[in-house]
Parts: sequence; structure tokens; C-alpha cells
Amino acid sequence: MAEFWSNSGLFFALLGAALATLMAGIGSAIGVGRAGVAAAGVLAEEPSLFGKVLIFQLLPATQGIYGLLVGFLILSNVGLIGEPKDISVLEGMLYFASALPIAFAGLWSAIYQSKCAVAGISTVAKKPDQMGKAIILPAMVETYAILALLISILAIFGIAGMSA
Amino acid sequence: MQQDFTYAVARIRYRENKLLGDADLNALLSAKDADSVIRLLRDKGWGDGVADGDVDGLLKHESEKVWEFIDEIVPDRSSFDFLLVPNDFHNLKVSIKAITRDLKPDDMFIRTATVEPELVYDAVSKREYNSLPEFLIEPAQEAMSVLLQTSDGQLCDIIIDRACMEYVGRLGKQNSEEIIRLYCERFVAAADIKIAVRSAHTKKRMDFILRSMAPCDTLDVERLAQAASMSFEDILKYLETTPYSDAIPAINTSMSAFEKWCDDSVTEAMKPQKWEPFTIGPVVAYLIARENEIKAVRMILSAKTSHLPDDVIKERLRAMYV
Repeated sequence: MAEFWSNSGLFFALLGAALATLMAGIGSAIGVGRAGVAAAGVLAEEPSLFGKVLIFQLLPATQGIYGLLVGFLILSNVGLIGEPKDISVLEGMLYFASALPIAFAGLWSAIYQSKCAVAGISTVAKKPDQMGKAIILPAMVETYAILALLISILAIFGIAGMSA
Repeated sequence: MQQDFTYAVARIRYRENKLLGDADLNALLSAKDADSVIRLLRDKGWGDGVADGDVDGLLKHESEKVWEFIDEIVPDRSSFDFLLVPNDFHNLKVSIKAITRDLKPDDMFIRTATVEPELVYDAVSKREYNSLPEFLIEPAQEAMSVLLQTSDGQLCDIIIDRACMEYVGRLGKQNSEEIIRLYCERFVAAADIKIAVRSAHTKKRMDFILRSMAPCDTLDVERLAQAASMSFEDILKYLETTPYSDAIPAINTSMSAFEKWCDDSVTEAMKPQKWEPFTIGPVVAYLIARENEIKAVRMILSAKTSHLPDDVIKERLRAMYV
């Protein structure tokens, strides 16, 4: 039991890293999949629009990358990558909490961004010259994933500074 | 499980660019004859593989092409039954009349239906009604026996038309998509109003009128039938109290003006579907837009063949979706 509690800091930190990667990754998978379906529809009609619709499809992919980045930072800070470290329960829980912004904002922003991307794909299918305007709209959703990523990263570095 | 229309809508968005707009219709109208109209349509991709001069073939081909496209983009066509079942009822009517009059029905069948026309014909000719889909069994039995007993073709039509209206109305009520509910409601209400106007002009009795009409949510069918049994003016007076008050000037003008009003109001209601990326709505709107387009081209072609002035055709042309 005592051994369990002494290692549970690491467990919570790992749970945070897993959550960030998993939830943001799920959001991106749903988003890229959904936008891909719409993109395939347009390509069936007009293959020359491939380059344009591909950009829309890739927009919701970024949240998965943000989740991966946060997961990687946590793993490296707690010593699961590189030099092993002792992590207290409190530190572990703090790392877990730091993963939450990108985990949740990543999941939902990817899903909603994909809806916007699908609508953008429809716009490009109908008016290819409106690509510039159509891409700005789903890109706006990205802001909230970036804000969440920023808070997650600041928190991780803050925790690392606190324990140093 | 609810169907996902993301792929279908994306394809339709591209195809919407190819729909005929008002400018295209004006170009067709200013063509000097039917051949020039067909030439312009061919430039727009109409009638590939259809022989020159085969106007009916061209329109039929376009109509079938729309449904082939729908089969390609939507895994289950049954979502569009509300648009197709009127053709089943038409094929039933054709089959019954062909059987009782010993005629060949082939040319009169509409192929885009939920059931193969030959299946309907065989079932009716062998009196094996149970091989028909459920919604056709009762009207087929009733219409056939009425026609055989009374030789009254009009009564036979009334039975089938009413069954069609009731079934489309039911399909609308069962559907959760607002646009389909609206279309079905308009379909039944417009048919009821047309029956009322025709009955008032031909001075039909109340019981006959009531028998012809199907219930719907936006009209009180009994009041409409009562008004129709009194006079045309009474129909207009009643319609003033309904959501169809805007249609009164069109009804006053002619039946074809009212039909145009109905089609235009449905087209107007469909326009927000241009911005809907995920639901069945844009697919339905596209189908209706194509149907209107084919109707408009048919009108222009027949007007060009009979040398009608452009203004007369223009008055009858429906508003376009794009």
C-alpha cells in the first residue's frame, strides 16, 4: 500500500498525459474523418479541388498534435522520458490538472472545427475563389485550442519550476 | 440509425452550380426554336446519349439521371419516399385503367418510383394485392373493384389520389426533418385546395368533395369542403383565415397560377438549405430544384413548339432555387 502511494504521483501525471493525448486525439480523429467525408464528396465531382479541400480536412488535426505535445512535456517532466525523477502525489495531481485544458478544449474544438470545415468545403465546392474567406472561419475555432494549449504548457512549466 | 448526409451534401453543393438559374432560363426563352433550346441544354450537359429531336426522351433521361445520382450518394433511397410514392400511385392508376381497358401501359409508367411499375401491373392484373407494398394494397383493391362495378374512372382516380395524399401526409408527419414535414403538408394542402376549386367550378356535392380530400394540419378540410360546395368566393373567404391567404390572387387568376405559387413557395422555403451542411435538407432541396428545372424546360420546349409568346411562358415559369 505504501509503495502504491509513493508511486501514485507518477500515476496521476501519466493519467494526465494519457488524457491530453487521448481526448484531443479523439477530437481530431472525429474532425478529420468528418471533414474527409465532405472532401471526398467534392473530389468525386471535381478532383482539381484536392489541394483546397485537403487544407480544410487538416484543420481539425492540430488538436491531436497539441494533446501529443502536452503529453510529451508531462512525460519528460516527470522523468518517464529521460532521467527518472521522484514525483510526489501533489505534483502528480498538478500535472494531471494541467492536462485538462487541452484534453477538453482539444476534444470539443476539433469536433466543432470540423463542422465549420465541412461547411467551408461546401463553400469551396460551390465557389472555389472564396477559399481565403472560407478558411478563416474554421481557423477561428483553433484560437480556443491554442488558448487551452497555452494554459496547459504554462501550468506544466510552472509545476516544474515549483519543484525545482 | 440516422443517416449521415455529409458526403451527399458536399457533392450536391458542387452540382448546385450546374442548376439552371434565372439567366439560363432567359437564355432558353430567347432561343428561336425548340432545337436551339435543346442545343443550349446539351451545352449544359443535358441529355447525354439521347437522340437529337427526342424531347420526351431528353426530359425522361434527365429525371432518371437525378435519381441515379441520388442512389450514388445516399445509401438508402427510402428517405425520399415522400417524393416517389406519388409516382407509385400514378403507376397504380395506369395499371388499373390499362387492365380494365385492355391497353398496353408501358409508355405511361413513371420509372422513378418505390416499386417497379411491372410489379404493380402484375399484382393488379392477377388480383394478388398482397404482393404490393402495404400502402398500395387497400387503394388498389378498392379502386379496381369500383372501376369494375361502376366503370367510373373519376371515382377510381379519387380513391387513388386520396390514398396518395393521405400516405404522403403520413410520411411527412412521421419525419423529423422540418423541410420534409413542410413539403408533405404543402403537397396535401395544395391538392385539397385544387380539389375545392375544381369542385366549386363543377358544382360538386359536399359528400363527393369530402371524399376526395385528405386531412392536413394547415386546413380544416370540412370547412374547405363546405365552402367549395357553396361557391368559389366562399373558398377564397375561408382561405383568408388560413396560412394560404397569400395564394388567393394566384387562385383567382388560374389553377396553373396557383400551381406556380405552390412550387414557388416550396422553393422559397427550401432556400435556407443552401447553408445546411449535414442534413437531408439540401438533398431534398436539390431534388425539388431539379424537378422544377425539368418542369420549366418542358414548359419552354412545348411553348416553343407551339409558338407561344415568351411573355406567356415567362408568367408560368417557377422561381429557381439558385
